[in-house]
Amino acid sequence: MPILETKDLGIQFGGLKAVDGLYIKIEKGQLYGLIGPNGAGKTTVFNLLTGVYQPTSGSFYFDGEQISNSSPVSINKKGIARTFQNIRLFGDMSVIDNVKVGFHNSYKYSMLEGVLRVGRYRKQEKEYHDKAMELLKVFGMENEAKLLASNLPYGKQRKLEIARAMATNPKLLLLDEPAAGMNPNETAELMETIRFVRDNFDMTILLIEHDMKLVSGICEEVTVLNFGTVLAQGKTETVLNDPKVITAYIGEDD
Amino acid sequence: MSFFSYFVSGISLGSIYALIALGYTMVYGIAKMLNFAHGDVIMIGGYVAFTAITTMQFPVWLSICISILACIILGVVIEKIAYKPLRNATPLAILITAIGVSYLLQNVALLIFGSAAKSFTSVVPKFSVELGGVSITGETIVTIAVAVLIVICLSIFINKTKSGRAMLAVSEDKGAAQLMGINVNSTISLTFAIGSGLAAVASVLLCSTYPQISPYTGAMPGIKAFTAAVFGGIGSIPGAMIGGVVLGIIESLSKAYISSELSDAIVFGVLIIVLLVRPTGLFGKKFNEKV
Repeated sequence: MPILETKDLGIQFGGLKAVDGLYIKIEKGQLYGLIGPNGAGKTTVFNLLTGVYQPTSGSFYFDGEQISNSSPVSINKKGIARTFQNIRLFGDMSVIDNVKVGFHNSYKYSMLEGVLRVGRYRKQEKEYHDKAMELLKVFGMENEAKLLASNLPYGKQRKLEIARAMATNPKLLLLDEPAAGMNPNETAELMETIRFVRDNFDMTILLIEHDMKLVSGICEEVTVLNFGTVLAQGKTETVLNDPKVITAYIGEDD
Repeated sequence: MSFFSYFVSGISLGSIYALIALGYTMVYGIAKMLNFAHGDVIMIGGYVAFTAITTMQFPVWLSICISILACIILGVVIEKIAYKPLRNATPLAILITAIGVSYLLQNVALLIFGSAAKSFTSVVPKFSVELGGVSITGETIVTIAVAVLIVICLSIFINKTKSGRAMLAVSEDKGAAQLMGINVNSTISLTFAIGSGLAAVASVLLCSTYPQISPYTGAMPGIKAFTAAVFGGIGSIPGAMIGGVVLGIIESLSKAYISSELSDAIVFGVLIIVLLVRPTGLFGKKFNEKV
């Protein structure tokens, strides 16, 4: 059973079909790419999958369950988490607190225990503090835990977004342009980290990316969107050499 | 009376403003709205405490608990009925609704308790402390102590518990917080509950210091505390605390040395000057100018 399957998924804003007739099937443990020119509707797909937008047509299934009309909170609880193309960290909070916000639904102490600092409060705060530090270590940020998130350099902010999303304990991680604004070295390092996360945290990853080196380097399959519809789909190597895809990216010869 | 005693009573008055201002500033930070009914929640809290103590003859501690509970319920119900349906409305619609709720509460109090001020029995046992040759009343000491205690507990709660972190996250970015699995509606309810609970404490302290209560008791302290919140930078918790205390001291000293009629004018005058120099208040974030 695929972990994520969309069936004829689409959304229309007024007269504009931003996404139309989207079929994607992602198997558990896959690293899947969603690519396409600017304005193709990639981030809109993420917004549909996370409940920010409600689809106007079609539906999608997560782990076999139809969840297309759920709220962002319940979709997150079911196990889909995301990062944002334009970084949306909680900039006035510390790096580690950003990760702890991700753990929000894992904490099981009551508010009263929290106020009085008794019972399960101390044990769990310690437990999730350690878990947050572990996550930060994966991204090499354990020394920046106490910094304000907004004071991190750009590349690390992107990594912190991934760490925060992972803290919500997802089965499917949606990464929106994780390498945007990174230099080639940072991108190479990020590719390693993404692979490490998939292999060690038992996650499936769907990512939007413009950096073709990253896409061809780590994605096993891709879907190419153009003007909201699927242009090509399949094994990364085959798709990226498809003349249709090359035309969509570079433009047609006169 | 000496400068020192005016100063101390200013801190005490300012502590009450600070407790009220926390309610304004937290609600603004999280729901991005000005809850102008907050001052009247104080008044209701005062009447509940008055009824419990004077009419029902309940013990003081129980009366205070009842007052806090009543205000928490009132605050949450107001949010659910009046503000939640307007979550995505224009700020002006929400502001007018808040003013409407404010008048509603005042008129309900008028209807039940009448317009005459009733005398409130102080909840603080009669005692005073001699400090540096001046005598400081029990109310002053208890007010300052309670405010300090509450502020410490509140900052621990906000910075060190999951609910507090959820509040901070929602205040920064509702959308992102939701996508991290945080229920925005219950976080907003929690904020109203805390703000209204603080209002109840403030009301008991206020009515003990100035021992009477009328349907308009909450109006002026409400506006002053709002001023304190703006002064400190609305949305900022340390801003509200410091703004409240500074405002209380200015008011007390200008009453003593300049003119008691002009003291309110001076307080608001200072606000205007601060806003001219720092439009976002003392601790407010500077606006990012986008070019």
